Amino acid sequence: MTETTTRAVDHRGLAEPDATAPKTAVITGSSAEFDAAELSPRQINLELRRLLYTEGITEVTLRNPGAKHSLAVGLLTRCRLTIGGSLGYFGVGLIDGPEIHITGRVGWSVAENMMSGVVVIDKNAGSLTGAALRGGDLVVRGHVGARTGIDQKGGTIIVGGNAGSMTGFMMQRGRQIICGNVGQGLGDSMYDGAIYVGGEVASLGVDCVEAEFTEVDQELIDRKFAIYRMPQPDRFRKFVCGQKLWNYDNLEPSERKLVL
Amino acid sequence: MCGIAGIIYRGRDGDLGSDMTRMLHSMRHRGPDSTGFALYGPPSDLTVMRFKLADPTDFRDFDFNERLERSRREVESRLAKLGATIDRVQGESDYAYRATFRYDGQLKPLADFVEDVPGAEVLSLGHSLEIVKDLGDAETVAEQYRLDSFRGTHAIGHVRMATESDVDIAGAHPYWAYPFSDVAVVHNGQLTNYHQWRRRLERLGHRFQSECDSEIIAVYIAQRMSDGLSLETAMKQSLDDLDGVFTYLVVTESELGVAKDEMAAKPLVLYESDDLVAMASEEVAIRAIVNREIDTYDPYEREVLVWSR
Repeated sequence: MTETTTRAVDHRGLAEPDATAPKTAVITGSSAEFDAAELSPRQINLELRRLLYTEGITEVTLRNPGAKHSLAVGLLTRCRLTIGGSLGYFGVGLIDGPEIHITGRVGWSVAENMMSGVVVIDKNAGSLTGAALRGGDLVVRGHVGARTGIDQKGGTIIVGGNAGSMTGFMMQRGRQIICGNVGQGLGDSMYDGAIYVGGEVASLGVDCVEAEFTEVDQELIDRKFAIYRMPQPDRFRKFVCGQKLWNYDNLEPSERKLVL
Repeated sequence: MCGIAGIIYRGRDGDLGSDMTRMLHSMRHRGPDSTGFALYGPPSDLTVMRFKLADPTDFRDFDFNERLERSRREVESRLAKLGATIDRVQGESDYAYRATFRYDGQLKPLADFVEDVPGAEVLSLGHSLEIVKDLGDAETVAEQYRLDSFRGTHAIGHVRMATESDVDIAGAHPYWAYPFSDVAVVHNGQLTNYHQWRRRLERLGHRFQSECDSEIIAVYIAQRMSDGLSLETAMKQSLDDLDGVFTYLVVTESELGVAKDEMAAKPLVLYESDDLVAMASEEVAIRAIVNREIDTYDPYEREVLVWSR
């Protein structure tokens, strides 16, 4: 039997021409399971793509991820993925569609630039969680590090514990719901979007102001927390952009000349 | 980028050399230039000094070995002149040595006198601290210096991607906190007020062996401790005094501390159990010695944590 290379079937051209998946997964109907302990991140991602794109599997369980970096990245299809353990840096980044459950903890930059889908993390997450998130729900049941949702452009980030400094730095759209305390510089230079905080706020960043918390906000939070079966703190405060830095039309005279 | 790691066994000793090698080797992608270890063996009455007389990058002319041999004899005679009773002087590599001797005097004059020998640098000095650093990845350095059999209580280590200074042993971490017995530092980051602090500390009589900004932290901590501050207080003060981005680890004979800058710009993952405390720039390093799913967390900005063994 000849080896099937991933490229022949991966219409998205994400794999290199001679990449070969390890084919160690045990497939049962439309679900599959494999052990990642002895595989490199490259091999794990190839195996995942083989299962999801070639074999038409919709439910994958990945065991022993061993805190490796860049696992389950670039998955652009609807599927259900369970990761039994912890991930290193850049886990489940650049995805569009999957529902992913991670039972351990994750390092920096998880779900970076996610377009749609759901990522649920049972333990803590590192810094830059959900950086440049575009859509979908990113749920961390534990604590997160600094700069959560930096440059967030959509979607919802929910944190069960505390968050570090510069949370929501330069966020442009979307929502963050933090149940615990947040560090200094909350919502620094944010353009738009909303950040809900249940605990203490160490300090607000530049041009971040508190806004009225309305029934619409509560309805959203109730709905999200019911989906993920998370307990809510007694009350939330809402923070938004103060719009003092909104100077988009005020070009410098020299810049105006260039534009004209 | 650089990678740092620390380990402290609780109430026991362990296979420190091989554990630290595995941790650092799993982070070799963070720093391929050089690897360094600060290891604490069982405390001894003897003073242990690790020193080097040349660098692997030095040009080797035909009387290179002869010159080294002359320098080594000079170091030995200088130790004797200061009243040290030499137990052993052992070559650990072509240019690095480990000396044990009985000595009750001040360490600063001893270090200064030894470093006055051409090419000499004291890498570490104390009763249990031993600093081993060289070019290459962790396994290369560990094999060269036979670290797999090193048993001890706690250690820090570093893999270096050189950004601010040369690739040589002088620029490699960990840094001994000259002239303090048994204190060492590793650092991940860049310090922007390096020159200010270097001038300030040089005026106070401290010596610098490299152009590497991280050396400041070791000397700074040493100075603060000589002012009478505890390790933890000195580290807390460093958060205001040092500019730039950093996560650094400090070890003393009985403690291991970690400090993070106010931006939390550099990573650190922490794992605490009843048996040991381990920390590293990446969780893979911890998983290299604790091979099961574990709970870990990242310290926040401006956090200073200190553990005792």
